[in-house]
Order: sequence, then C-alpha cells, then structure tokens
Amino acid sequence: MTEHGSIYEVPEGQEEPSDKAWLQRLFDNMWLLLALGFMVPFLSYTVWAWVELLLAKKAELP
Amino acid sequence: MGNLLPDKSRVCATTGLPVCNSAQLFIKLNAVFGVVALLIGVTAAFLLALTRWETVALLEPANYYKYLTVHGLNMLVFWILFMEMAILYFASTSLLNSRNFSRALSWGQVVLMLTGFLTVNYSIFMDRASVLMTSYVPLRAEQEFYLGLILFAVGALLGCVNFLGGLFIAKRDKTYKGSIPLVVFGALAAVIIAIFTIVHGAVALIPTWLWSIGVLENAPDGAWYRMIWWGFGHASQQINVCAMVSVWYLMATLTTGSRPLNETVCRVAFVLYILFINLASAHHLLVDPGVSAPWKMWNTSYALYLAVLASMIHGFTVPAAVEVAQRKKGIGGLFGWLTKAPWKDPGFAAFFLSLLIFGFGGGITGVTLGTHQINIIAHNTLRIPGHFHMTVAGGTSLAFMGLAYYVVPLIFQRDYPARALARIQPYIFGFGIVLMGIGMTLAGSLGVPRRHPDIDFTGAQIPPHLGDAGPFLAVVGIGGTIAATGALIFILLTVYTVFLGKSNKGRAMTSWQKPEQDRLTKSLITTHWNPEEEKLRPKGTLVLTGIFLASFAVYYFANWKALVDVWPVK
Repeated sequence: MTEHGSIYEVPEGQEEPSDKAWLQRLFDNMWLLLALGFMVPFLSYTVWAWVELLLAKKAELP
Repeated sequence: MGNLLPDKSRVCATTGLPVCNSAQLFIKLNAVFGVVALLIGVTAAFLLALTRWETVALLEPANYYKYLTVHGLNMLVFWILFMEMAILYFASTSLLNSRNFSRALSWGQVVLMLTGFLTVNYSIFMDRASVLMTSYVPLRAEQEFYLGLILFAVGALLGCVNFLGGLFIAKRDKTYKGSIPLVVFGALAAVIIAIFTIVHGAVALIPTWLWSIGVLENAPDGAWYRMIWWGFGHASQQINVCAMVSVWYLMATLTTGSRPLNETVCRVAFVLYILFINLASAHHLLVDPGVSAPWKMWNTSYALYLAVLASMIHGFTVPAAVEVAQRKKGIGGLFGWLTKAPWKDPGFAAFFLSLLIFGFGGGITGVTLGTHQINIIAHNTLRIPGHFHMTVAGGTSLAFMGLAYYVVPLIFQRDYPARALARIQPYIFGFGIVLMGIGMTLAGSLGVPRRHPDIDFTGAQIPPHLGDAGPFLAVVGIGGTIAATGALIFILLTVYTVFLGKSNKGRAMTSWQKPEQDRLTKSLITTHWNPEEEKLRPKGTLVLTGIFLASFAVYYFANWKALVDVWPVK
C-alpha cells in the first residue's frame, strides 16, 4: 500500500506550517517535550504537595 | 527501505508497511503476556461481579480482597502495559520505516516485566499480598510483591528507553520525511507520561519494599505515600488514554481510510496531554487533609481542564475524520457515514464503541467526579469504579481488542477463525461494561462504597442505610458477567488464532469488510486526497458534539443539585 504514498506521512501542505514554526519545532524536539512533560506535573503536583505535607503541623489530640 | 536490512525484515502483504523481525518478536511476546494477564484479570472479574451482586455474594470477604488485588493489577497494569509495549515496538519501527533500536534493551524489557508479572501474581495467589492495587501503608504485603512491581516498572522503563532510541536512530538515518507520523507522536506522548509515572512508582515502592524486608524500621508516611503512589497509580492510566487515542487514529485509518483533519490541532492536543494530564492524580487526594484546597483546585480543575480540552479535541477529530473519509467514498446524509460504517468489522466496531463509551460514559463522569466540590458526595463510592471501568475497560481495553483484530493477522500472520463470533464480540463486551458502569454509578449515588464485598459492611452492628441499592448491584453483577464473557470470547479467539489460526503468509490478511467496502477503504489509503474539501465537511460529527455537550451539561449540573441537596446553601 505504500507504493503510492504511506498513510502515515503528514499530508502535503501541512508538513511545515511556516507561521507556526516554533510550534513545529516543539513537536519535533522529543527531548524538550520529555523535559516539559516531566517538569510541569512534577512541580505542580509533586513538589507543591510535598512542600505542603512537610509544612503541615502535627494534629493534636483533643 | 529505511535502515532495515532485507534479511532482517519483511514487507507486510496487507499494509505494505515494513516489519522488522526483531520488533516483530517482541510485539508477539508482549501481546501474548498481555493476553495471559487479561485472562487472569477476567477470571477474577467474574468472581467479583458475582460477589457484588448481593443475592449471589459468591466470595468470602478475605477472598474478595485477594481477587480484587488480582483483578486490579492484572487489568489496570499488566494487560495494558504489555499491550502498550507492543504498540511502542510497532510505532518505532514499522511506522518509521526503521529497525528496532536495541535487542538487549528489548530482552531486558521482556524479562523484567515478565518476572515482575509472575512474582506479583505468585504473591497474591499465595495469600501474601491481599493489599489491593494501591497497597496503602501501613498495610503490608510480603516483600516480593513490592519487588515484583519494581521489576515490572523497570522493565517498562527499558521499553520506553528503547522507543526513544528508536526515534533517535530513525531521525538520524532519515527513514521518514517531515515530522514523525501522528500515531508515533501519540506513542511518544504516552512514553513521556510513562516516564513520570514510573519514577513515582519507584519513589513510592522502593522505600516500602525496604520497610517490608526490615531495612527501614517504619513504614513511609501515609499521606506522603498516597501522594507519590497516585503519581504512579493514576498516571499509569493516563498512559492508557494516550495509547488508546493513538490506536483510535490508527484504527480509523485502517478500517475507513481516514486521515487526520488537521495534524497541528491533533498534535497540540497530545502536547496538552503531555503537560497537564498527570495532574489528574490529585483527584485521589481530594478528601485528604494534608494538602490544601488551592493545590486540589489548581490541579484537578484549572490546569487539568487543559487535558480535558485535549480529550474533547480528539473526541471530535477522530469521528470527524471517519465521517470525512466516508463522505469521500460518496456516502451522503447527516448520519449516513455512521449507518453505512463497517460495523461488522470488529476492528472498527471496537474502536468506535471505545470512543463513544470513553467520551459519553467515562469522560463526562470523570470531569464531574473530579470537581473538588462534587467529589465530596462521590469519593470512595461505587461511582468511581463506574467511571473508570468506562474509561479503562470500555475505552482502552476495547480499543486494544480492536487493534488485536488487525495486529494478530498482520504480525502473527494468521487469520481469526469463527469470524461471526469475532464480529459480535466488541458489542458483547461493550454492552456489558456500559451496563455494569451504569449499575455502579447508580448504586454509588446511593452511597454504596467501593472496595467492599457487601453493603452492610459484613454484619456491622450499625449498618448504614443505603436505600434500595440491591437492584443496581444486580445490574453490576449481570453487566460484569456479560463483559467478562465478551472478554473471554476475545481471549479464546486470539489464543486459538495465535497458535492454530490459518496462516496468511505471503498474502494479504482476510479482510473483515465486504469487498466493496474494502476496495474503497484501500483506495483512500493508497491515494493522496485532501480531507479539507468543502463538500466533505463533518456535519454529523458536529451534531454528535452538540449532543455530547448537552449531556455533559445536564450531568454536571444534576450533580451540583445533588450536592446542594446534601448541604443546602441558605
């Protein structure tokens, strides 16, 4: 089936949108995506919660 | 042919895609282990469904927790992650015209994951680890349970590294033009999410393992453990979402010849997943006292809604792409593209049902239950498993079953037998899951708890009053039994095909579709055409989207009304 062109190629005309070059660069840089994909949830979910748990005062018995 | 050596690869007679022999071996191994895990999980599902059906009450409480642990880990972790590894090998080789990155890493992945899978199941079946999937401390399993999970996670990490290596050599060797294909981009998003997930799993489980063997005197802090563990437990389900959406795009193309309507929009949606979907882990801590309301609201509402937006983008672009492809074949009318779709093709039926069940069932309930305020009337009730059975089972598992109806004939090169049974299997499984999900949701709305074998708390002195939940729990039992039967049919058909199916070597796989449907689909796949033509506009999908948003609004505001009924605002 690839004789006339693969189904998995980016359709013509959409390969490199010139007005969104920065976005295309982001799409094509897997290491940057990996770094962002780790750091954003790590800071927002893990670090923030960890700090709150560290600062939580011990509950006192009534 | 890219960087593939002719004597170490072949060309698929059906798709024309190159198949790397090394990748093919690891696709086969992972798929077989995945189906074994599914068989174990489905067997446990039968027992659990017939236990929560109060009039049957099959299992004793102790056994209920044992089989719930078996079910949770085999279905949510082992079956899904083995299948995802198979997808990663396929995406980084056949779709990139490239070879497998490293045989050593691949063997490491398979051996470690298999060892972990066997070790954990041994531990649970020997009554050494009935601690449920979450294994909350200070509940303690025997040490091999944690070690098995750690080995499995490290194996999965090796699979991710092998995938990234595969992308690296494909780019270096220029085996493809332009950007990586959308399906591979989706797999990359799943890998990035997986790395975050596995790191959290290691951070939660390694100290717990050290405590279980006596190296650490005290168990990890409970609040800390829950927070870190859910960075693993829920995030692992986000890998599923990403892989499932990639499978949707792939199956839409294979079964209807569709093309993504706009590559950029689809990729932006995957980037939103990469950045924000893992924040959903915070849903599990919405009633925990250790973390603040701003943390809960930011993570589960404001930021996470960007990932919800991504799901809604995919939920629109996938059916819209199918509609456009159908219109390109000359099918008219508002919903002609749906009524004349290849519903007897189990690949199409499974993927499209997966999309509907995930969107209407899992998506709407998920966003609603994840709202900080509403969560207080739903937390730890059966509504939660009602939600995630429609996302993970009705969504991901069903999509993976649809994928198998194509991958097994293409990779194992054997055709499925009993094709009439295979054609109805997705409907049996999908119907059962929806029925069970509805039963769980309604029973949960009456306050029936999750993770408990009965609703009177095993003869508690002061049993809670949970209304007339009995009929809804019967629906859970009946739906669960039907779904498990559907899954069992899939397993039997697939195992038979893998070992005894009729060989299709040297020819195309036997098509699931009528000759005319098949011809039109292949014609769309093999020719370049523009999906943005004016006459192909996806009007029917727009109407479906309107119905979806209206359903969403009704369910969401009905839940606010339910909350007000519990705590009236005066």
